[in-house]
Amino acid sequence: MTVETQLPYDRQYVSQFADGRGEPEWMKNLRLKALEEAESLPMPKPEKTRINNWNFTRFEHDVKGEAITSLDDLPENIRVFVDQENISKNLIVQRNHSVAYQSLSDELKDKGVIFTDILTAMKEHSDLVEKYFMKDAAKVHENRLTALHAALLNGGVFLYVPKNVVIEEPVQVIFWQEDDEAALYNHVLLVADTGSEVTYVENYISHNTEKESVANIISEVIAMDQARVSYGAVDNFASGTTAYMNRRGVAYRDAKIEWALGQMNDGNTISENLTNLMGDNSYADAKAVSVGRGNQSQNFVSKIVHYGKHSEGYILQHGVMKDRASSIFNGIGKIEHGASKSNAEQESRVLMLSSGARGDANPILLIDEDDVTAGHAASVGRVDPIQLYYLMSRGISQKEAERLIIHGFLAPVVKEIPIEAVKEQLTQVIEGKVY
Amino acid sequence: MAGSTLEIKDLHVEIEGKEILKGVNLTIKGGEFHAVMGPNGTGKSTLASAIMGHPKYEVTKGSITLDGKDVLEMEVDERARAGLFLAMQYPSEISGVTNSDFLRSSINARREEGNEIPLMQFIKEMDGTMDLLEMDKNMAQRYLNEGFSGGEKKRNEILQLMMLKPSIAILDEIDSGLDIDALKVVSKGINKMRSDEFGCLIITHYQRLLNYITPDHVHVMMQGRVVKSGGPELAERLEAEGYDWIKQELGIEDETVGQEA
Repeated sequence: MTVETQLPYDRQYVSQFADGRGEPEWMKNLRLKALEEAESLPMPKPEKTRINNWNFTRFEHDVKGEAITSLDDLPENIRVFVDQENISKNLIVQRNHSVAYQSLSDELKDKGVIFTDILTAMKEHSDLVEKYFMKDAAKVHENRLTALHAALLNGGVFLYVPKNVVIEEPVQVIFWQEDDEAALYNHVLLVADTGSEVTYVENYISHNTEKESVANIISEVIAMDQARVSYGAVDNFASGTTAYMNRRGVAYRDAKIEWALGQMNDGNTISENLTNLMGDNSYADAKAVSVGRGNQSQNFVSKIVHYGKHSEGYILQHGVMKDRASSIFNGIGKIEHGASKSNAEQESRVLMLSSGARGDANPILLIDEDDVTAGHAASVGRVDPIQLYYLMSRGISQKEAERLIIHGFLAPVVKEIPIEAVKEQLTQVIEGKVY
Repeated sequence: MAGSTLEIKDLHVEIEGKEILKGVNLTIKGGEFHAVMGPNGTGKSTLASAIMGHPKYEVTKGSITLDGKDVLEMEVDERARAGLFLAMQYPSEISGVTNSDFLRSSINARREEGNEIPLMQFIKEMDGTMDLLEMDKNMAQRYLNEGFSGGEKKRNEILQLMMLKPSIAILDEIDSGLDIDALKVVSKGINKMRSDEFGCLIITHYQRLLNYITPDHVHVMMQGRVVKSGGPELAERLEAEGYDWIKQELGIEDETVGQEA
C-alpha cells in the first residue's frame, strides 16, 4: 500500500516561494534538490504505528499573520503562555508564517547573541546558518518528510549563543498556528558555541479541531565543547493537525543537552528526540511526557547515541493513555564501539486509564562496547489501587487521588519547565486532556 | 462535645478467600488509648486494614460503626472524613506529589469548597508540627514517602495524624523499625494528641512502645480474635513473661491464623 504524498507544490512553486522571500541562493538550491529527492525517498517507518491514512498532504502552505504592536494584542489563549509577572525580554511570537512579535535584550545583542526568525537569519547570517542547517543533527534525505521539510520550510527561529556567553533568563518562542489550515514546516536551529549556556522554551499551539493541517518540524541543537543547553517544549497542536516532529541534538566534548518535552498534541503524532553524544564526557538528559486521548495514534522515540568516551545518556518517558488512544514509546540507548566508560540509562512508563487505550513501552539497548554501564526500566499499568487507598485514607476523594497520581507521574517534565507561565499552561493542558 | 465511639462487633474478615479475623469485638471511645498486642500472624494488621477499608480485605460478617454510623457502607475517603485515621505500617510512595501538596489536599478534603485552609496558616502549622517531630524541613517538598527511610516514613505518618486531627486513630506497628530516639519523638507526637476528643488504637507486638505511651486498655489477639483484655498491667506482664502463659491458660497451641509464623 502506498502513502499518498503527492503535493500541489511543484518545482516552480518552491522556486517562486524562495525568491519571494529573498532567500540566499544556497537555500533555494537546497529546497529544489530536497523537493526532487522527496519524490523517490520512502516515508518514515515508525515502529508498530501505521501512518498510511494519516494526512500529510492537505494543508495551506503560505499564510501570513498580522504583526502585533504589543503583547496585549495577543488573544487570551496565547497570551497565557507569556509570564505576565516577568515578561521575557527575549521572546518571539510567530503567527502562521510571519513574525508577529520579536524582542531581544540589548545586553544580549551587545554580546553577539543572534535570536531571530529563520528567514532573517538566512539573509543576515547566511554563512552561519548554512554551516549548520541540516548538516550535523538532521539530514535532508533521511526520508520523504525530512526532504519535504527542507523544500517547504516556512517558519522557525535561529538562536546563536557566542563563545562563553551565558544567558541567564530563558529564551522563549511561541509558534502560533492561528490559521486552521496553515501547515508549519518549522525549523529551529540553536547553536551554542564553546562554553556558552542557554535555556530555550518553545510552545506550539493550534486550535484546529475541525480543519486539517500538517506540522513538519525539525529542531537542531548544536552544543559545542563545554556548552550547556536546556531545551523545554510544550507541543499543543489540536486534533486537526498531523504532526511529524524531530528534535535533534549534537553534543561535543564536555557539552550537556537537557530536554524537557511536554508532548500534548491532540492529533496523530510522530515525535522523535535524538541526541548524538559525539564528544568525550558529553551528557544528555531526555525527559518527555505525553497524554493520549480520543482516537489519536502516537509514536514516540527517545534515542541517545554514545560516540564519546565517558558519555552519559538518560532517557525518561512517561505517558498517560485514555479513551481509545494508542501510543508506542521506544527508548533507545545506543553505545558505539569505542565509547568506553559510557552510561546509558532509560525508563519508560505508561499509565493506562481506560481499557480501550493501547500503550507499548519498548526499551532498547544496543551496545557495541564492553566497558560500559547501562540499565532500563519499563512498565505499562493502571493506577495502583494501593496508592489510591493510601491517598483516600486521608480523606481525598478517588477522583482527586487519581488526579494527584497522574500529575505526579507527569511531574518529571513539568517541574523542569523554567518559565512559570508555560509550566502553568502545561499543567492546565494535562488537566484538560485527562479530565 | 465528647469524643467519638468506634464499635467493632463480631468482625469476620477474609483475604483472598481465607478467613483471618474470626469475630473481633472492640469498642474505642474518645479519650481512650487502647493497645492491641499479640505475636505476628494473629490478625492485628488485618483489623487495622479492615477498619480503614483496604481493597484486598473483605468483611464477611459483623459490623463497624462510628458514632452509630455504618463504617462498612462508606468508601475509604468517607471513612477518613468521618474521623478515622490509619497510620500505616507500609505507607505508599507517590512520585511527583510533594508531601506538602498531599497534606494540603487532605486537609482541604475535609473543608467546604471555598473554605480551603489559608496557605500561610497551613505552612505555619506544618512547620510547627515538623519541628515537634524533629523532621527535616525539606521533607515538606520531597515527594510523598519516596526515598524516605523507615523512620522518616513513620514520622511522616504521625505528622499527618497531627495535622488531620482525626477523632479515632489506628496506629499499625508505628514503632517497627524505629530506634529509641525516634520512638521517643513519635511517642511525644502521639501523646500530644491525647484529649477527650481523641481515641486511639495502637497495634504493636512489642511492649517497648507502651513504655512511652500508656494505654488505658490492653487487648491480646490470637487466632483472629481478642482473647484477653485488661489494663496497663497486662502489657507489663506480657513484657515480663511473654505470651506462653496466655496460650496455656486458653489451651491454644498455635496462636496464628496460619497466614505466617
